[in-house]
Amino acid sequence: MYKLDQNQAPIHQALQKFRQMRVVPFDVPGHKRGRGNPELTAFLGEQCVGIDVNSMKPLDNLCHPISVIRQAEELAADAFGAAHAFLMVGGTTSSVQSMVLATCKPGDKIILPRNVHRSVINALVLCGAIPVYVNPEVDSRLGISLGMKREQVEKAIAQHPDAVAVLVNNPTYYGICSDLKAIVDMAHQAGMYCLADEAHGTHFYFGENMPISAMAAGADFASVSMHKSGGSLTQSSLLLIGPNVQEGHVRKIINLTQTTSGSYLLMSSLDISRRNLALRGKKVFSQVVSMAEYAREEINAIGGYYAFGRELINGDSIFDFDATKLSIHTRDIGLAGIEVYDLLRDEYDIQIEFGDIGNILAYLSIGDRPAELERLVSALAEIRRRYQTDGSGLMNQEYIDPEVVISPQDAFYAEKVSVPLDESVGKVCSEFVMCYPPGIPILAPGERITPAILDYIRYAKAKGCSMTGTEDPDIAHINILQEDV
Amino acid sequence: MELWFSEFHAPDVKHSIRVDRHLYSHKSDYQQIDIYETPEFGRVLTLDGNVMLTERDEFIYDEMITHVPMAVHPNVQDVLVIGAGDGGVVRELARYDSIRCIDLVEMDDQVVKACRMYLPENASRLDDARVHIYFDNALRFIRRCHAQYDLIIVDSTDPFGPSEGHFTREFYGICYNALRDDGILVNQQGSPFYRHDAEAMQRSHKRIATTFPISRVYQAHIPTYAAGYWLFGFASKKYHPIDHFNKEKWLSLNLKTNYYTVRLHVGAFYLPAFLERLLEEVEDKPCDRT
Repeated sequence: MYKLDQNQAPIHQALQKFRQMRVVPFDVPGHKRGRGNPELTAFLGEQCVGIDVNSMKPLDNLCHPISVIRQAEELAADAFGAAHAFLMVGGTTSSVQSMVLATCKPGDKIILPRNVHRSVINALVLCGAIPVYVNPEVDSRLGISLGMKREQVEKAIAQHPDAVAVLVNNPTYYGICSDLKAIVDMAHQAGMYCLADEAHGTHFYFGENMPISAMAAGADFASVSMHKSGGSLTQSSLLLIGPNVQEGHVRKIINLTQTTSGSYLLMSSLDISRRNLALRGKKVFSQVVSMAEYAREEINAIGGYYAFGRELINGDSIFDFDATKLSIHTRDIGLAGIEVYDLLRDEYDIQIEFGDIGNILAYLSIGDRPAELERLVSALAEIRRRYQTDGSGLMNQEYIDPEVVISPQDAFYAEKVSVPLDESVGKVCSEFVMCYPPGIPILAPGERITPAILDYIRYAKAKGCSMTGTEDPDIAHINILQEDV
Repeated sequence: MELWFSEFHAPDVKHSIRVDRHLYSHKSDYQQIDIYETPEFGRVLTLDGNVMLTERDEFIYDEMITHVPMAVHPNVQDVLVIGAGDGGVVRELARYDSIRCIDLVEMDDQVVKACRMYLPENASRLDDARVHIYFDNALRFIRRCHAQYDLIIVDSTDPFGPSEGHFTREFYGICYNALRDDGILVNQQGSPFYRHDAEAMQRSHKRIATTFPISRVYQAHIPTYAAGYWLFGFASKKYHPIDHFNKEKWLSLNLKTNYYTVRLHVGAFYLPAFLERLLEEVEDKPCDRT
């Protein structure tokens, strides 16, 4: 099924060989295999700091790979069915930004859903592209944004034929997929690129009966968070491209912002994880799916909670659902998702991925075991027994349709002034406001501030969401454009 | 040839037992199970290299975890035992005619199988008609139960292995929910001596003490466990382990024991000063220890 020998892990092998050669370091990093920093070495281990080395001929160079990194990228491309794969060391944020920067120039339009990660809008600040938002469908019971409907994408393309790209979440944080194949075809017919944010979709490339992956759907770019469901180290990521994209151009774009001292810890973790996924991914992810399905059954049996799954699929705005995602609606036990999230950590020592207004998400992946799931389910049963309320005063999360007044870049660089939140109604925001995680902006630079948005921000703050994005750490003040627009 | 079984009781402390024969070795889905024949301690059961019991000193553990709550609660009829696949706790419980049901939940059927074969004295009452054995995850089993047990005995391995989930807030919570209004939970609480163990003991005591209105700790001397010094937790919705201790009633049962006595019942709750301090550090409202 693969063209190359996926048992190979060239960066891993080169580092092992390098270790045996006992090369004397008169180069950076200055810790010299950890000797110069004994506390760090004791903390991280000699094995680890010993391969924290610089680029050199036997280990290749991430900025211009010609040997082992190049081979590792080719193996990754083969494993993911891509024309080429770039190893990335600046997180999936850097993958997302590179794919946007590779397709959009200042003033270009890009069609995208509003429930994108902040990294996407940050990329628009960097390159000066104009967002054309497709309002995602909203599930009114769960209060979550769904995928983009085909008809809405079609409409956006028809209204903005000059747009250069369509960006799709595959899947959303909650595991919801749009009809990616159809959207790719529409974009290509209109002469636009299709970009996929697959921060939460690494396993689509390896598991069985998964939603379609971006490369299989014919997308031109995919940003894949190997460190999320793929098992590599935090901050490592892959950028995949299809056959219609010029590799050299993308490399040039990546090198605009990526470090010239790529970490071999991160790169070897990508190499080893890719090998593991190619060799064992199918089996591993079928176990993850069965654990998630089991947890859903058990959580739904508790009563009050709704752990949602494939039953939501509706053929369009929920074209497919990622069954590894354990998303749970908590409002019916009278608690906001963020409250359950905090209780799980503070009372039960269980850290989940995030909680928002109405839901929580427990991230299941290749490292999970059934015994811990039993703890999670039992803790949820206990939270219901001890803390459930009648739910009065709980807000229903609703999608707030943004009014984009000026481009994110213009808003970001415009003259601005800080005002108290209450005095900002009707003004144009020049910074982000978001709960992190999930990191989907409530307000992005260039958007009009409305009373509904302020209510939402106040409620999220009161319930204990970690709010980020503004210069004011307390989010009591917000930066607005000095001049009325 | 000298053959020794060694176990680290702390990173810098090792406890060794001379071995005559390695009788049984099996890697189950959950853990490594071994049984050794030893000259001093008789047969020794280890899980993942940690001593669970020896024929020589198991009576101390099994008597103290069983008779203390049985001498306090006036009418134990339904008992849930977690872990304890060797059968020692069930053997002690089965001596009480008043008990009508003993549910034993053990995650690993291979432990029961090995003990039936090599520790027949411990396993001797597993076939009692009142005993029902469930091979299941304890959290999964207990969270389905509501107000149906008078006594829950938690006989798990230490909090760093496959039984980690038995030392958690959610575990004690679902146990509380599975007990009747006057129910008692007794658990093995580890050792307070070595630092690593003491911290784990404090963590679990804190969680129990915030879950149950009454939470006390009692001690016993068990030679093959860390520092030879072991603790049990007595958590209860209604009965106090000493105020509600019914000495006469227990004596009238005429049970012969080798460690537990009615005098020791009270004495076991008198703790050394350092241990009192460790417990008070994690209690919101310190118990009256005068």
